[in-house]
Amino acid sequence: MSLIAQASQVVTTTATPKVDWWGVLPLLLLSAPAMVLLHVSSLLPRVFKGFYTLATVVIAAVAGAFAIGLWGRVTDLERGPFTTLGGVFGVDGFSVFVTVLLCVSVILVALLADDYLRREGLEGAELYVLLLLSAAGGVIMASANELIVMFLGLEILSLAAYILATAHVRRSASQEAGMKYFVLGAFSSAFFLYGIALIYGATGTTNLVGIRVFLAETTLFDNGLLLAGMALLLVGFGFKVAAVPFHTWTPDVYQGSPTPVVAYMASGVKAAGFAGLLRVFSVALITERSSWQPIVYVLAVATLLGGAVLAVVQTDVKRMMAYSSISHAGFILLGVQAASGRGTAAALFYLAAYLFMVVGSFGVITVVSRQGDNCTALADYQGLASSQPLLAAAFTVLLLAQTGVPLTAGFFAKFEVIAAAVDARSYWLGLVAMLAAVIGAFVYLRIIVAMYMTDALPSPTSGGEAVGATSPGEVLAGGGVRPLHVPVGVWLAVGLSVAVTLLVGFWPGLVASLTEDAVPALLGATPL
Amino acid sequence: MAPVSSRDVSDFLRHYLTVGIFLGVAVLLVSALLGVSSLLRPSKPTPQKHIVYESGVNPVGTGWSQSQIRYYIFALLFVMFDVEAVFIFPWATRLEAYGLFGLIEMFIFIFVLFLGLVYAWRKGVLRWV
Repeated sequence: MSLIAQASQVVTTTATPKVDWWGVLPLLLLSAPAMVLLHVSSLLPRVFKGFYTLATVVIAAVAGAFAIGLWGRVTDLERGPFTTLGGVFGVDGFSVFVTVLLCVSVILVALLADDYLRREGLEGAELYVLLLLSAAGGVIMASANELIVMFLGLEILSLAAYILATAHVRRSASQEAGMKYFVLGAFSSAFFLYGIALIYGATGTTNLVGIRVFLAETTLFDNGLLLAGMALLLVGFGFKVAAVPFHTWTPDVYQGSPTPVVAYMASGVKAAGFAGLLRVFSVALITERSSWQPIVYVLAVATLLGGAVLAVVQTDVKRMMAYSSISHAGFILLGVQAASGRGTAAALFYLAAYLFMVVGSFGVITVVSRQGDNCTALADYQGLASSQPLLAAAFTVLLLAQTGVPLTAGFFAKFEVIAAAVDARSYWLGLVAMLAAVIGAFVYLRIIVAMYMTDALPSPTSGGEAVGATSPGEVLAGGGVRPLHVPVGVWLAVGLSVAVTLLVGFWPGLVASLTEDAVPALLGATPL
Repeated sequence: MAPVSSRDVSDFLRHYLTVGIFLGVAVLLVSALLGVSSLLRPSKPTPQKHIVYESGVNPVGTGWSQSQIRYYIFALLFVMFDVEAVFIFPWATRLEAYGLFGLIEMFIFIFVLFLGLVYAWRKGVLRWV
């Protein structure tokens, strides 16, 4: 009894951190309605067709709108960026920009998933819920002002993405992709966590501001711990953004996963990964840049050339796009390597432009894959221009944008990152990037040639692992092939992607002026 | 932020150059030795030479097989509530310090976990099949 009495005497009330609800509102608006949606799906068995897509689009749009509402506040000179939740959650132009990117990605992918799920007989709310929760994890990653919180965001993002990869429950390739992604991803998360532990050991804090202040004020006698920690963090991020040599999961997972999910992996997951990378390395560890810049330099060269060269030898369009997404990650690494405000702005511009290009491209691939999601060989694209001229034209624009042809968003994205590299006097890196763009052009032109200059095959071939599994019902009794059905959702998503790609191509200042304001700020902890 | 040259490399990485050179020499040496031996040796492949060597076993069947999912789901549900307990015990020892905020916070936490249980129940996971 006396023990309890003693214990109750020493109790001091823990101060609860003040919460700026406006700052965390976009995050709450993504995650809480997602859980409501999950329970609506389990408690109400019948909803009208397309309800979950509509709900997801509305949820993501509202969250994005509230994030845009924060933009005016964080770019205002007087009020500026701020932290909340005891200084671990930073809201600045950077986090708001990435939040909006993630919301746009969710909206476009939900539009693609709508008909896909119905076509494959997989209707349900689960894919949409996981999509929203994964995006919420990405928002946490982009806003984290603390390494542990960033790890939390990384895990929420990844765990949902692993399950998304297995979303096609009747396709063994999808299960295999999810398993591979999970095993390798869990491994890379462990690397990331070890990195955090070592950095904590070296600096005595996991707060990004604390790390930067410590490194600026202290000269470490032995910086072995810090260097090892940085290297391990780089491995963790390198895996998420698919940088060579941590890219080996990418082609297999992209090929096996449901195509709309791949669109999300290439746009949303990549954007969140780069957001974390930029915030940790260009903000917290900027004083150590002579240690990490050369490593990112080598990673960028390997990623650019590895992605571009390996894409050339592929015959499966999904694998081609996987390797091309690796090569694009190399371009974004150029911006990271520059370690300057311009480099960060260029990386954000690239992420924004690439989001629309890649989601639109995978929108077309979703349709052409037909029922079963198997027709992804290059041969399946032959004659697409004569059977679906509008779809082929849209795909052409998106592929040309990925090549970096002027008057598309892709050109200015590439221009910005290379200019940032040249600004940082990494001339050879800029040259390698241009070389990689030329090699990459071959891949995209190969798809365009297949669409426009060759006749259609008598029946769709099957690509990938399920050899000879031409889906029943697609080949009609007379031997003809059922024409492709392009659903409204895909038209919307692809149309929007093409429109934005061209608009930004004609008027790059539209996005460039935003990315300049979206440079991450160093957010000192506000008192509790 | 002043632009930094890529030639601005820390001492630590400069020392690592030795490792790079060592790696290059190793690759060159091995490829030279293997290349010379492949040029010199006679090549007479027979099917016997391709079978598994010594204690290895030839693979049987495919890598895909079904396993009983029943226990797995129960284990997963158990982990869910086990983790809940891990969070609740330390919280309970410090409840007075956290005050009303801590109480509400824990109810929200339990509510979110409860939502997971509701979902599992509706999906028929709790039925023994």
